[in-house]
Amino acid sequence: MMNRNIVYFAVFFAMLVFVGMFQSWTVAFSIFNLCLISAIMALGVNIQWGYAGLFSVGTTGFVALGGVAAVVTSMPPVQEAWTTGGARLLTALVFAGATIVISVLLWKRMTKGRIRGFVVAATLIIGFFIFRYLFDPAVAEIESVNPAAEGYLGGLGLHIIFSWIVGGLFAAGAAWMIGKVALGLRSDYLAIATLGISEIIIAVIKNEDWLTRGVKNVNGIPRPVAYEVDLQQTADFVRAADWLGIDTVLASSLYVKFSYGILFLIVLGLIIWLSELSLNSPWGRMMRAIRDNEEAAAAMGKDVTKRHLQVFVIGSAVCGIAGAMLTSLDGLLTPASYQPLRFTFLIWVMVIVGGSGNNWGAVLGGFIIWFLWIEVEPLGLWIMEWVTSGLEDGSDLKDHLRDSAAHMRLVTMGAILLLVLRFNPKGLIPEK
Amino acid sequence: MSFLIGKNMTGGYGGANIINNCTISVDLGQIAVIVGPNGAGKSTAMKAIFGMLDLRGGSVSIDGRDITGLSPQDRVATGMAFVPQTQNIFVSLTVEENLEMGAFLRMDDIRSTLDQVYELFPILADKRKQRAGELSGGQRQQVAVGRALMTKPKVLMLDEPTAGVSPIVMDELFSRIIEISKQGISILMVEQNARQALAIADVGFVLVQGENRYTDSGKALLQNPDVRQSFLGG
Amino acid sequence: MDLLNALVVLANFVIIPGIAYGSTLALGALGITLIYGILRFSNFAHGDTMAFGGMFAVLGTWWLQSKGISIAPLPTALLVIPFAIVLMILFLLFCDRTIYRYYRKVKASPIILVMASLGITFIMNGLVRFIIGPGERRFADGTRFLISARDFKAMTGLNEGLAIRLSQVITFVAAIIIVAALFWFLNKTRTGKSMRAFSDNEDLALLSGINPEKVVTIVWVLVAILATVSGTLYGLDKTYKPFTYFMLLLPMFAAAIVGGLGNPVGAIAGGFVIAFSEIFVTYAFKKFFGYILPKDMLPSGIIQIISTDYKFAVSFTILVLVLLFRPTGIFKGQSI
Repeated sequence: MMNRNIVYFAVFFAMLVFVGMFQSWTVAFSIFNLCLISAIMALGVNIQWGYAGLFSVGTTGFVALGGVAAVVTSMPPVQEAWTTGGARLLTALVFAGATIVISVLLWKRMTKGRIRGFVVAATLIIGFFIFRYLFDPAVAEIESVNPAAEGYLGGLGLHIIFSWIVGGLFAAGAAWMIGKVALGLRSDYLAIATLGISEIIIAVIKNEDWLTRGVKNVNGIPRPVAYEVDLQQTADFVRAADWLGIDTVLASSLYVKFSYGILFLIVLGLIIWLSELSLNSPWGRMMRAIRDNEEAAAAMGKDVTKRHLQVFVIGSAVCGIAGAMLTSLDGLLTPASYQPLRFTFLIWVMVIVGGSGNNWGAVLGGFIIWFLWIEVEPLGLWIMEWVTSGLEDGSDLKDHLRDSAAHMRLVTMGAILLLVLRFNPKGLIPEK
Repeated sequence: MSFLIGKNMTGGYGGANIINNCTISVDLGQIAVIVGPNGAGKSTAMKAIFGMLDLRGGSVSIDGRDITGLSPQDRVATGMAFVPQTQNIFVSLTVEENLEMGAFLRMDDIRSTLDQVYELFPILADKRKQRAGELSGGQRQQVAVGRALMTKPKVLMLDEPTAGVSPIVMDELFSRIIEISKQGISILMVEQNARQALAIADVGFVLVQGENRYTDSGKALLQNPDVRQSFLGG
Repeated sequence: MDLLNALVVLANFVIIPGIAYGSTLALGALGITLIYGILRFSNFAHGDTMAFGGMFAVLGTWWLQSKGISIAPLPTALLVIPFAIVLMILFLLFCDRTIYRYYRKVKASPIILVMASLGITFIMNGLVRFIIGPGERRFADGTRFLISARDFKAMTGLNEGLAIRLSQVITFVAAIIIVAALFWFLNKTRTGKSMRAFSDNEDLALLSGINPEKVVTIVWVLVAILATVSGTLYGLDKTYKPFTYFMLLLPMFAAAIVGGLGNPVGAIAGGFVIAFSEIFVTYAFKKFFGYILPKDMLPSGIIQIISTDYKFAVSFTILVLVLLFRPTGIFKGQSI
């Protein structure tokens, strides 16, 4: 059994080496780095689905929150924006938070009845307009500060590695709120609610320019590793590259990717270790008992909803960490890139294919599916080229078929999900 | 030979057998009652007769025809009707729609059967346009029995029909059941209220741990000191 | 006069669009609720099912247009809808037989069916983009306006115009016809009643001899009708773009849940609640208040509660409120 798992991983690495030798090593390394991040996301989803049977459709949102964390933690603060509108904006946000807290308290403290509903609604509505009164001018001021390059508040200027933790916390916070609402109801409700929160998070990132510059993207997010340009100007590095007989530019790019890989491996290792530990602890056994028979577990006095909330928050936090890592790998935040398909659904395919409930399965799924996701497109293009080779250049059909290669990726992923779900629902590495 | 007979039935849901070599039978126009302590397999025995669990041994036949291999739905077509203990009505449908659904398999005119049911349970006629879920517990049981009667069954099987209803409603329900049996329909019923049920039974089956312990007429069982001692509370 | 102008503004920008959008959401939510009531899972593929049905209609319309066939002043698409429905019935039944039936047979938990529906979402998504492309597709023809803003002004002498697009009227009328027919079917026919019975109590329905496979087949037929009509009309009213249908998923689910999953009356009400809330909250009321408030009292902003970028936040907030306070929906009673 164990051997078969090793074979799976060996086959994956062989494919990677194949890409390295015949396509390019840079490509192989960048694929691998994203494989590592995908594996972490898959672990996060696996914690929710595999451990507890929770179906969340909001991974994209949690990943995106990780991206925001990277910006607000590590970008240098924009002093001018802070001085012009920062104070007012913070006041607005604090005020909004206070309004919500007060409303919740009123709801809990006041006696049930029409008056309570009226008072709480009035608090919220008046609070909303005061918030807008404070918020709107502040945003306008911040966004008018050097809009071409800044126009936002910037971040705290901390080291980017911190943002990985912050990303986890952001995602955990959002997950806690949504879990509070949707858990304990029918299982489908969590799916629908997470779909909603994810769309809202993405809308916020796309539209709140003062926070994330919106569709103008945030460039130049600090890196946790060296820059290629610096390496190429370091004498030692150039000498080492020469000694190895590799072109300096290529060597610098490989070195950077390799350093990222090491960092990601450390995080992945840490998360796997913790996941395995928790899965095999009494807590993990209880989680699985709840998953397999919720009613029996509830009858034995387990607070199912509370456990579910716990596991949902932890899983989302892991996705948030991965999201922050992804943004620090890219070095930029592109709000438009957070497509549900790319994150939520693809990660699901990873977990199902790899083996839900098994951490190593999730990792393997993350590796293999990401690899296929990247490599299927050139393959699809190549197939389309071959299919259309008989057609005249410039014919409508040929253009259409070529353009459609990308769409076939969707169909392929959907088909893989359905086939695995139907014929091998336990995945490549089944739960022990 | 009885009209409906489950002979030497052995079976259960998972690995273990719940009923062992258990025999239950009822003749046309008779009322048969299955009683016994909790967990004796009373409901299981009835479900076995209705085909809701796979038998490992024994057979079921109706009117001399072996129906051991038939699904519950197919047994309905042979003249059996079953009223489950819980969730035995369509709560969101009106009373009349419930009865119509009972006759779903019938292609002929159901008007006369509908009238018969309303005659038997006049209260249902008044509430025919009301949602069944809005009725009281006893009325719901009437809907459930009425629904089962819509197929014009030869055997009516009732799983604890008086569970959770008041004594007055219970008496009322029992008198209706006697009325039904007088129309020549066999009644097979599982009852928790053993004393009252045996009082109206032509034949009673006392099950213990999935086996027949006593089988006799209802009156004889009520007078049997052992039965009184162990199962009727003295 | 000013008050009349204000009301016309409101009608033009909130009420009429709200009715058309609400009709679309109601039809969509009905499809979701029917599947939930009978197959007992939330169908994430419903948005893309609408896109698929709409695609058939677009292709058919183009073909008829190329042949010069039209039913002007009505849009040609109306002619195509019945054929698109037939294709969708076949397509959905094919999906059901190849995918969902197996999970019914093994009595898989509902969440597995939700996942399968997600897989189908992917495939439909890809196929639609493959066949018709990801961009906007125009297929509307026939008369555009029943009443144009200019005619209205000329007719009434008001400053503000009231424009009613033919597609809006068609959407609303079609919704009424379909809903009426659906309720007649569910409440008056034997098959419809058997569907309600099956939805209410599956085991008892089986005991009564109701054939589950037949019920499931009819559900897919109904869903094909609902999805094709709503998908086509939405495309006719806005423009046909595959991505927008996926974005309809959240408002449609919200509508279905507000009304109580499995409850058709609730789905319709929910559709209009969501549509009107969304439009009301994202509409800029400046013009409206310009007529009824004195000049010096008019605020400087555009008087919009939240930006249209956050319109799904409206569905979401309503969804959250319902989940918090009335998880079974605001309409009790009948499940389909």
